[in-house]
Amino acid sequence: MKLTLEIWRQKNAADGGHFDIFQLDDVTDDMSFLEMLDVLNDKLLRDKKDPVAFEHDCREGICGACSMVIDGQPHGPMQETTTCQLHMRKFKDGDTITIEPFRARAFPIIKDLVVDRSSFDRIIQSGGYISVNTGQAQDGNAIPIEKEQSQKAFDAATCIGCGACVAACPNGSAMLFTSAKVSHLALLPQGEVEHSKRVRNMVNQMDAEGFGMCSNTGACEVECPKGISLENIARMNRAYLGASVAAE
Amino acid sequence: MWLINLLTSSIGKKVIMSLTGLFLCSFLVIHLLGNLQLLSADGTAFNEYAKFMTSFAPIKIISYGLYAMILLHAVLGIALWSQNKKAKGSKYKVRTTQNTTFAGRNMALLGAIMFVFIVWHMSKFWAAMKFRLDPDATTGVVDLYSEVSGAFSHLWVVALYVFSMVVIGLHLHHGFQSAFQTLGLNHKKYTPLIKGFGTGFSILITIGFSIIPIWMYIQSIS
Ligand code: SF4
Ligand code: FES
Repeated sequence: MKLTLEIWRQKNAADGGHFDIFQLDDVTDDMSFLEMLDVLNDKLLRDKKDPVAFEHDCREGICGACSMVIDGQPHGPMQETTTCQLHMRKFKDGDTITIEPFRARAFPIIKDLVVDRSSFDRIIQSGGYISVNTGQAQDGNAIPIEKEQSQKAFDAATCIGCGACVAACPNGSAMLFTSAKVSHLALLPQGEVEHSKRVRNMVNQMDAEGFGMCSNTGACEVECPKGISLENIARMNRAYLGASVAAE
Repeated sequence: MWLINLLTSSIGKKVIMSLTGLFLCSFLVIHLLGNLQLLSADGTAFNEYAKFMTSFAPIKIISYGLYAMILLHAVLGIALWSQNKKAKGSKYKVRTTQNTTFAGRNMALLGAIMFVFIVWHMSKFWAAMKFRLDPDATTGVVDLYSEVSGAFSHLWVVALYVFSMVVIGLHLHHGFQSAFQTLGLNHKKYTPLIKGFGTGFSILITIGFSIIPIWMYIQSIS
């Protein structure tokens, strides 16, 4: 199929940026979206032009690196699917596809479609862990946990830290990400011990990074490639309020 | 101090918005019940009620609290809107609105329209009651009813009023359920009920307040 690509180009954080238009004639149905960009970059390199910078790592939907906004949607038009798992059969011959970087003040652009998401790392560093060694799988299995509880913890733990929630949010808020990280630890006995301190530290760090405030639009939930639910945000708010009041 | 830390955190600020918002919801119910007395063509009931509301001391105290709540909700709302705008940074060229409602995306705009409406409504009716109209020499009752029915004999005033009520309805439709989510009250069983109640509530408020000027207009032309 033939495609027109409209891609955001920006040399560095200081550059104003603009859109470049490219024509691509030899795209096949079974290419992934990133493979389609590989083909474009191969062509650009052969023409001695600057390839489009984009981030990728696992290409199997588990690392969260492949951040970009495709036709207004982080990770493109397919629900619960990362960009790397999106295939070109979702598009039609003659389509124009607009590709933009994730936009939020706490995600400054490094180049083209690559943004700096180390603000997420600093939120994790502020409390997204358990301070003691909790052992191997069999140690975990030795603790009886209700199935529904462990299922909820696992659902929250599927967050891959991709940042699509921030990109989708009209307020640039990181509540869905932070609440997923708070929840998956809080719901299990190993993580519960440090819960009060964790939720306060992680919310404070989230605020310090300059993310916006949640107004419950629900835009994040629908764009999240892992289907993280808004329930987690309510759980974090509840925990944060309780912990702030109860902490000594 | 922990309380200041809590109230200035992102979650704390939203909690202030939700608590003041829910308080204002309860006020709307009281206000509507009072206003419904305008439906009786004999204005005395409404005038008596207006006198009671502006002279009974406990209600006066509550009303000052209410003005403070409205201001807090409005000022903080504007501050949060501008902080959020900054946090978003630049906008996308292609924008989608999947899964979000018009009201959810435009709470600040709807709120700003409401604020203008409140100022207009205060200067028209509240100020008339307080300063412009002279009370009856013997009973001390102000004829606010005639002031209101006079205003609602103009079609444009009615139209503006009804438009403002639709705006309030939209703001409530998002705000009511959003307040519960912010407070952390999200539950598989109760959240659908809260959402349903919020929708019903916002429709009732819009219709309840709107029928008054419409009814008074119909009376004025017939
Ligand atoms: S909550 Fe969803 S969208 Fe946000 S970082 Fe995690 S996986 Fe990505
Ligand atoms: S490249 Fe790892 S999730 Fe897409």
